[in-house]
Amino acid sequence: MSGTRFSRRSAGCKLATPARRAAEQRVKRQHKAGASDIMDIYLPIAEVSVDVFVLLGLGGAVGFLTGVFGVGGGFLVTPLLIFIGVPPTVAVASSANQLVGASVSGVLVHWRRGNVDFKMGYVLLVGGLAGSVLGVWIFTLLKRLGQIELTISLCYVLLLGTLGALMTVESIYAQLRLHRPGVRRRKLHQHNWMHGLPLKARFRKSKLYISALLPIGLGFVVGVFSAILGIGGGFIMVPAMIYMLGMPTAVVPGTSLLQIIFVAANVTLLQAYTNRTVDAVLALVLLVGGVIGARIGSRFGTRLRGDQLRLLLALLVLAVAAKLAFDLTVRPSDPYSIAWEKT
Amino acid sequence: MKPRSDRISARSSRLADRIFGWHFKLMALILFWAVPARAEALVADLTNHLIAITTGFTGASVVLFGAIDGPGDVAVVVQGPDREITVRRKSRIAGIWVNSREVIFANVPSFYFVAASRPLEEIVSPATAAFYRLGVTNLEMKPQGMTPPQVADEFVTALVRTQRHSRLFPNAVGKVSFIGERLFRTTIEFPSNVPTGTYLVQVFLVRDKDVVSGQTTPLVVSKVGLDADVFGFAGRQPVLYGAIAVLTAMVAGWLASLPFRSA
Repeated sequence: MSGTRFSRRSAGCKLATPARRAAEQRVKRQHKAGASDIMDIYLPIAEVSVDVFVLLGLGGAVGFLTGVFGVGGGFLVTPLLIFIGVPPTVAVASSANQLVGASVSGVLVHWRRGNVDFKMGYVLLVGGLAGSVLGVWIFTLLKRLGQIELTISLCYVLLLGTLGALMTVESIYAQLRLHRPGVRRRKLHQHNWMHGLPLKARFRKSKLYISALLPIGLGFVVGVFSAILGIGGGFIMVPAMIYMLGMPTAVVPGTSLLQIIFVAANVTLLQAYTNRTVDAVLALVLLVGGVIGARIGSRFGTRLRGDQLRLLLALLVLAVAAKLAFDLTVRPSDPYSIAWEKT
Repeated sequence: MKPRSDRISARSSRLADRIFGWHFKLMALILFWAVPARAEALVADLTNHLIAITTGFTGASVVLFGAIDGPGDVAVVVQGPDREITVRRKSRIAGIWVNSREVIFANVPSFYFVAASRPLEEIVSPATAAFYRLGVTNLEMKPQGMTPPQVADEFVTALVRTQRHSRLFPNAVGKVSFIGERLFRTTIEFPSNVPTGTYLVQVFLVRDKDVVSGQTTPLVVSKVGLDADVFGFAGRQPVLYGAIAVLTAMVAGWLASLPFRSA
């Protein structure tokens, strides 16, 4: 990431953090050195100039993960954007925007294979839309209180830390299981007390007859996270759909993505309206990189050994969480920061 | 569209300063412009009245030049539009650094520059310097609400330090240089992160520790080009902008899924 160049300028919600100051210093040095700006792209809402190849590479790397593992990768986009100097608030809102596109292309692929439970998707969406409205409201409130950046970082540390740890354990177990044949298979679908709540509904595609409150509640929780963190929430949604709702694994990714399209679209609209933090240029560049990365990734995915790759991904996730956690605990070079509202 | 330089007497500027805010000041200037000018003690102009921020903008410098009618000193003040600035202080809570205290300052110039032909304290009295906002210490940044003066001072210091670091406030008083006795010039440097808006460039003629004549010239800093259009559109039509952003992403996603069909 050393190739990134920034030139921060102009009005806006300015946060003079030490990292950005360091970035400015770098700009000055590079201008003195006569570095060319041809490959820089100016992000009009983020108000930073970033090397276009860094963005494409970032989008591509995340798209690659999507192609290999089928995860959305949204949980990596926001922290990585923050690392390269995009203000956290813009990173969150723009990655929601990018998610809309990524989910559309994902759903279309799954839909052609007949792996989307539309009814389940719509029910999840009811909760998701409500949750994302609450999430954007919380986001706006925290931004006014000056605590949004801390909240974003803390949530990511918790989510990525937990996720990374679980994935590491899981993939180590998977490695061990290879050498131990005859492991007992778990029954896919077990009824529990939650399924018996009122408002029961039939989901034919998922072969389920459960309370609609369950997917609505799940959608709601994920919607809140979606708005605050700019993630699709696939990594919460997918396990919950399998283990909590008891959906067949085949229809889970498509249905989750269907729901993410609309929740992410809602978040994008609300963020654009209330906080003006959606950078469409940034989202589009990430998408372009993502498409290329996903295509390469899906080729690789069929060839490479899944378990080892999964362990690598788990370690990557843990590394991102560790970096964010470290940044929170290290003494800032200047404990004071200033901010002003966009006019 | 070159902004007009307007001429006023120092007294009227003083009055307008007191009574009116920033925008009214401009209006007042235009009104006083109609008053027939006496023999002009001071004339000044800028080499450029518009700073256009384009994609490759790395900062700009503008030369202010002019002439005075006899011996005297010249002081120059450039101020960007006033802003409400929130200063936050982090402290360590449970091992992590958290914004724990904030102080809001109304009316902080978003950009400030000062230059003089001799050190300020030699040419003007402290009262005059305070009145014309000559020098960073005379900006009179008052915190909103109840803040103990000790804390307020601490936050003002931090604000000035941060602004200096971003090169929006000067580290020292700039130099107005004379060519002979009458002609003067100074260079105003604008960094790449210069805030947009209408700036006021004030030139004062100082004799016997007091301002005897003044002139104010507006300077416009604005974004131009596609970036500016996107930024402006996102601000004016946030819903439409959001909708377009969503639709664009959807179309891009659809296009992205196409190649998979044949694969």
